[in-house]
Amino acid sequence: MDFKPSVFFEALTSPAFIDGVKVTITLTVVAMAFGLALGLLIAILRSSPWAPVRTAAWAYIWIFRAIPTLVQLLFVWDGLPQLFPTFRGDWFSAFLAASIALSMNEAAYAAEVFRGGLLSIDEGQRLAARALGMSPARVFSKVIAPQLIRVTIPPLSNDFITMLKITSLASIISLQELLARTQTLVASTFRFVEYYSAAALYYLVVVSIFMIIQAQIERRFVWMSRPSAGMSAIGRVRQFAALR
Amino acid sequence: MTDQPPIGHLLDADVLGEAAASSKPGTAEYVLEAVDIHKRYGRNEVLRGVSFGVHRGDVKAVLGPSGSGKSTMLRCLALLEPVDAGEVRLEGRRIGVRETSGRLAALPERVLAKERSEIGMVFQRFNLFPHLTALGNVMIGLTEVRGKSKGEAREIAQTMLARVGLAQRASSYVSELSGGQQQRVAIARALVMNPKVMLFDEPTSALDPELVGEVLAVMEELAREGMTMVVVTHEIGFAKRVADRVIMIDAGAIIEDAPPDQFFGNPQQERTRKFLDAVQ
Repeated sequence: MDFKPSVFFEALTSPAFIDGVKVTITLTVVAMAFGLALGLLIAILRSSPWAPVRTAAWAYIWIFRAIPTLVQLLFVWDGLPQLFPTFRGDWFSAFLAASIALSMNEAAYAAEVFRGGLLSIDEGQRLAARALGMSPARVFSKVIAPQLIRVTIPPLSNDFITMLKITSLASIISLQELLARTQTLVASTFRFVEYYSAAALYYLVVVSIFMIIQAQIERRFVWMSRPSAGMSAIGRVRQFAALR
Repeated sequence: MTDQPPIGHLLDADVLGEAAASSKPGTAEYVLEAVDIHKRYGRNEVLRGVSFGVHRGDVKAVLGPSGSGKSTMLRCLALLEPVDAGEVRLEGRRIGVRETSGRLAALPERVLAKERSEIGMVFQRFNLFPHLTALGNVMIGLTEVRGKSKGEAREIAQTMLARVGLAQRASSYVSELSGGQQQRVAIARALVMNPKVMLFDEPTSALDPELVGEVLAVMEELAREGMTMVVVTHEIGFAKRVADRVIMIDAGAIIEDAPPDQFFGNPQQERTRKFLDAVQ
């Protein structure tokens, strides 16, 4: 079996690799942040009283979910400069193009997650908040949002992990993220297994760290005065059912 | 049984100073008045001209079969639903609409919110906020609507929870409370806003039979202390004991409006008689 541990460990600790990981994580966080913000807006617009607004929000989701992410990425990177000369400047970096394409793509998926979340919140919650005299902004931020976050953490965590991996598509547009760095090193050494294994390990570690963070966040949204850590699985399911 | 509501003072000048101060008789004939209210959902006319008023300190019980428009009427009175025609008046002042150069228009939601905060509403299914503790539920109106500081709100809310017999459960989350306790928290949440009138939408209908009593006890105490109340209910006993007047609603209209003795002893309408026979 041809596997040289020394090459593998050298890859793991090489500055080029670590730079690649930094770009991957930064792109993931930026694309998710803008994607979630835009997605929430689109979800809210989908229940707008004005039909044209609802249709526009629906069309956005339709288009950006239907077209492959890679096509969207290439369209932003290669297509925008052709359509608008202003995008031909140096300021339009591969990182910026990837951020735009991936966040617009994420927004379409997040909008559906948020819409589902909003539908799952009992109408009585909004009614009670309005009856107290809360302004529409307060109703949302103090009553709806905390409950929306709780139900959307699991599906949005899925999106986050997917995004971390989808950023590797940006290697196509020459963004020096983790996969692009790996390929450069592979091309000069022909040690495929060691370098791809090192990259895989980095993805695994980053996703694991994120899963720990997710568990911490979910724990904050349990809404019980007693810690439920020692509770049986059935007990947890029952309480989850009672909370809804 | 520390969770039982105490026989004490639900209304207290410290907490409800404003309401107490404005409760001089004669400032307005009715605290809350509905004048020929109409409401339709699509083709379905739910309210066909409902008119009645509640005097200060009176309790009005509202009876009627399901689908008769009772809940819709309460939502219109609480300004949660706009009326299609007619007026809602609070202390003689028309609410829910504004008049600009002779034409009436619905108020924007932000202004409506202010007017709503003067009317307390208690729902059949409690509608407590699950992400907050019992105390948090009672505090939220004070901090987010009345602009009180957290410390001040906590103090007032704590006092109000004690008055509905739930001082010990202040830090419990909603899922940890029984239905009766949840409804008492909901009553405290509404009371703490100093409402001029309290509206109850079948407050005991979603409760297990053994939990009905503790909620009715709190409401009776409230009535005794002079709160103006409109109570949609199927609790005939409560209506007989507590109400000053009883209304029967059927098919979106008031068909009987009488003191309890007359309403239950000698109803004028055949429809009322049949309804009472069916529920008693």
